[in-house]
Amino acid sequence: MDGDVHLLVGTVKGAFILRSDASRTTWSVDGPHFPGESVYALAYDERGGRRRTLAATRSFHWGSTVRTSDDHGATWSGPERQSIRFPEESGESLVQIWQIKPGTAADPDRLWAGVEPAALFQSRDGGESWDVVRGLLDHPQRKQWQPGGGGLCLHTIVTDPTNPDRLLVAISTAGVYRSDDGGASWSARNSGVRAQYLPNKYPEFGQCVHKVVQHPARPERLFLQNHWGLYRSGDWGDSWTDVANGVPSDFGFAMQMHPHDPDTVFIVPLQSDEFRCTPEAKLRVYRTRDAGASWQPLSNGLPQENAYETVIRDALTADTHDPAGIYFGTRSGKVYASADGGESWTSVVDALPAVTCVKAAVVGGMHA
Amino acid sequence: MPVTVVLPRALQPFAQDAGALELPASCATVSGALRAVGERWPVLLDRVVTEQGAVRERVNIFVGEESIRFAHGLDTRVTDGDTIMIVAAVSGG
Repeated sequence: MDGDVHLLVGTVKGAFILRSDASRTTWSVDGPHFPGESVYALAYDERGGRRRTLAATRSFHWGSTVRTSDDHGATWSGPERQSIRFPEESGESLVQIWQIKPGTAADPDRLWAGVEPAALFQSRDGGESWDVVRGLLDHPQRKQWQPGGGGLCLHTIVTDPTNPDRLLVAISTAGVYRSDDGGASWSARNSGVRAQYLPNKYPEFGQCVHKVVQHPARPERLFLQNHWGLYRSGDWGDSWTDVANGVPSDFGFAMQMHPHDPDTVFIVPLQSDEFRCTPEAKLRVYRTRDAGASWQPLSNGLPQENAYETVIRDALTADTHDPAGIYFGTRSGKVYASADGGESWTSVVDALPAVTCVKAAVVGGMHA
Repeated sequence: MPVTVVLPRALQPFAQDAGALELPASCATVSGALRAVGERWPVLLDRVVTEQGAVRERVNIFVGEESIRFAHGLDTRVTDGDTIMIVAAVSGG
């Protein structure tokens, strides 16, 4: 019913839908959907009169595709033909879909998808069919992009609610690229972002950006979790400022904007790029409420001993209730929920397959 | 005699639950056989080859008992009565 929260949880072995009412105190677990297939991208889209859940599934053997459900996961489309396809002359073949992003409210049939090998696709019909964005596929720097540990993937898509022609993406490892003309042309936007692993620490491109978030009330301001480094931009990525103030590590993957406060951001720091586990064996979410000037740990209800957890780039999310629900999943298959903006946490499930992404949908609300 | 294409269980739903498909021997090569399969069952073919037409990395195709990877790939010839077997490679995680 309207107001219910659906947590869409992707794992390496299928998708799960965790459901609660608006109180978010008890949860049911539905799944696995697509058992045996990895699900790295999930989305919920209520624009245009739809109530559509989209899932990017990848079979270890039989390839990747987008599945849709208009009944909250009771039934799924297809799989039909592989709807995200590289053009023949590109010589590229789809490996994995890393992100599905509904477009702006003003353009309710448009969705975006980020994939591996790094490319951006768009749908103009609610996710039924997809076309590659040529301006990025043909970018002259593309041949110099290098894959990160997860492959050469376009994993983050940021839209501008005030300007339909502006779009920003993040690619591992190419960094941030922005288009101001609807995707026809793109330029790197990495000034000030460190590339710890390169001789030139501040190249034009080649950064391993892990996640970029934005609040729609302040679309020009972005926050960025880098492969070493936390950054803020006040000018749509033209320049970046280090805001790793008071965090135990500035390495991490996940980053989530507060749904109602443009100064509040959540992250889950990890100890290092070699260890990639929570520092000091404590599972802590960090929150800034002053746009990165300071960060405070949130640990009430989270294990603070022997907690060697990893939260990857899309496994931290928020719902749109007030107070906001904050959620994350771990590589060890745990999902935690907070119904009070991160002040306290409870375990929802603790033995799923490795969690790859968590998205929160408020039925009858806004997609998150 | 026809050429028979044996499907793994995972792909049978894409061919109306058929475990095997019969094709005319005129398909001549594995590529020709897959093309014929794709004309009738395009969703099935998408699971076997990429959009560039290459056999997916973790899919094996045998003609008789010989893997086409160690023969002539998609150009491996097929003749009357041959059996083409599509299988998921032994892999996973």
